[in-house]
Amino acid sequence: MDFDLTDEQVMIRDLARDFARNEIAPRAEYYDHHAEFPYDVIAKLAELGFMGLPVPEAYGGAGADTLTYAVAVEEISRGDASVGITMAAHTSLGIMPFLMFGSEDQKQEYVPPLAAGQALWSFGLTEPQAGSDAGATRTRADLHSGFWVINGVKSFITNSGTRISGGVTITAVTGGSVGDREISNIIVPAGTPGYTVSREYDKMGWRASDTHELAFADARVPEINLLGERGAGFHQFLRVLDGGRISVAALSVGLAQACYDASARYAEERVQFGRPIAQFETVRNKLVDMATNIELARLMTYRAAWLKDRGRDFRMSAAMAKLFAGEVATRAANDAVQIHGGYGVMEEFPVARYWRDCKIGEIGEGTNEVQRMVIGRLLGL
Amino acid sequence: MNIVVCVKQVPETTAPKEFGPDNRINRAAHEAVVNPFDEYAIEAGLQLKEKHGGEVTILTMGPSGAQDTMRKALAMGADRGLLVSDPALEGSDTWTTAYVLAQALRREEYDLILTGMESTDARTGLVPAALAEQLGLPSLTYASSVEVEDGNVSVRRQVTGGYEEVRGPTPALVSVVKGVNEPRYPSLKGIMAAKRKEITVLDLAQLEIQPDEVGAAGAKTKVLDVTPRPEKQAGQVISPDSPEEAARIIADFLQVNKFI
Repeated sequence: MDFDLTDEQVMIRDLARDFARNEIAPRAEYYDHHAEFPYDVIAKLAELGFMGLPVPEAYGGAGADTLTYAVAVEEISRGDASVGITMAAHTSLGIMPFLMFGSEDQKQEYVPPLAAGQALWSFGLTEPQAGSDAGATRTRADLHSGFWVINGVKSFITNSGTRISGGVTITAVTGGSVGDREISNIIVPAGTPGYTVSREYDKMGWRASDTHELAFADARVPEINLLGERGAGFHQFLRVLDGGRISVAALSVGLAQACYDASARYAEERVQFGRPIAQFETVRNKLVDMATNIELARLMTYRAAWLKDRGRDFRMSAAMAKLFAGEVATRAANDAVQIHGGYGVMEEFPVARYWRDCKIGEIGEGTNEVQRMVIGRLLGL
Repeated sequence: MNIVVCVKQVPETTAPKEFGPDNRINRAAHEAVVNPFDEYAIEAGLQLKEKHGGEVTILTMGPSGAQDTMRKALAMGADRGLLVSDPALEGSDTWTTAYVLAQALRREEYDLILTGMESTDARTGLVPAALAEQLGLPSLTYASSVEVEDGNVSVRRQVTGGYEEVRGPTPALVSVVKGVNEPRYPSLKGIMAAKRKEITVLDLAQLEIQPDEVGAAGAKTKVLDVTPRPEKQAGQVISPDSPEEAARIIADFLQVNKFI
């Protein structure tokens, strides 16, 4: 076993860490407060190559492995989870489906500008009545004289409504009957007539990340915009989510680490009854438990990434890492606010934001409950 | 235009310094980083290369582990590395360091040598001038801007209350101050490319240096003692009876201490 990162991974981690500390964290409060998309931060990340980290160099990416990508998402999220999810959703949900299922032409056409971060791409699975239960998908795409005609609504779609959003890959019912629907993935570029980016959500957390509802009213795209095989959509999005869980786990680890960083610093500075509160066992134990759980969550996340990089079955490890890291981040944020006392409730301290940000890690890309269903199924229960 | 940037590996700058029994900094105690002042020199070198073409070489004297920090400079965009590493170099002072760097530079073809203004560990700021002296080059230190044109290098040298404009013919040595530029982050492509760049390791024999000329044996200075900075003393608390008295006490204080 080798728990050491390679020299190159260490350099990328240090770069992500320095960038998060110097360029992301100082702006996080502003963007969160104004629920504003951090275009300047994303542009700088793109310039450094972070928006296409695990994309092969042949398609304009940095050619890094999944572990390096997870380490980077962790460090970026340590600065701001909104930036972390923007990068993670763009990469794992936006770009990866092209690389996994796209034709060579589709990869050549769509991936290079996305890997360069010139445009963002989204993945449209969730609907008002369907999320992880994709069998309940209602959005339809019907083939009429060489065009897919799309009708329906998609909910909570990350990165879909920015100035640089290039489009969305959606799951849609392309045939079959009730109980045996045929689901396919269709590529819908921004600007397609009939495709409307509708309302922006006012979120409790990840407020600087872009989340919109999407409406499709007779939106027409050419038949070649089918991604991979017709009818393979269900299988495809499950595979997309398997990989996505690693990056959401990494995001939660980074956020939990930020909670620890802020709490340890505060507990050393804050003096009560004549000594720093870190010297009180009750506070110290919170910090110790936080650090211990973060270490565990990080190892689980790295191992899931490591399995994926070796082409092994990583599904259960990824679901476990995502579940555990999400819960760890929520506990860490809760204790971080507690350690800060009254100041923890104040928005001028970052832990208030962490407390609002952590919860989505237990919901997005499959709730804790769905993770447990996935893990239970993989355990053969 | 070929540029050599002298880069030192130093202990992580925010960590408290620890000293060994010989009064030298314990470098193993903390993570090693590129001397932050040298990052400005690297950036200045890269900007000049982007403008005039040529090659940027990173020159370091240090343990073999210094290759790790040299990789950062290569990831930022420098082309190749030269590391002078030899057990006999341990204990070198500023003079012997400058001598070793000069011997390494005598084997190189260059138009400009760039250095940071000082290192964050010893902070003497002596090596740049000593190096220029040993090589017989114009020494343009504490530069807050660097321009090269028609075989001349022009800098603004930061001095108290302003700056001087200084010009000299190349080849020359320039040391830059913090703020001369904003050092870039290495890009991911730069990091990936850095591992394929060459770092040549040279020992003393290759530089035709006798072991007793350098290291503790060849040093012209020796640190006799290291004393921590005295703890800050508590300030004096004065409780004047009236605003007038307070104003008088403050005015007296400022006058006595020659602030006004």
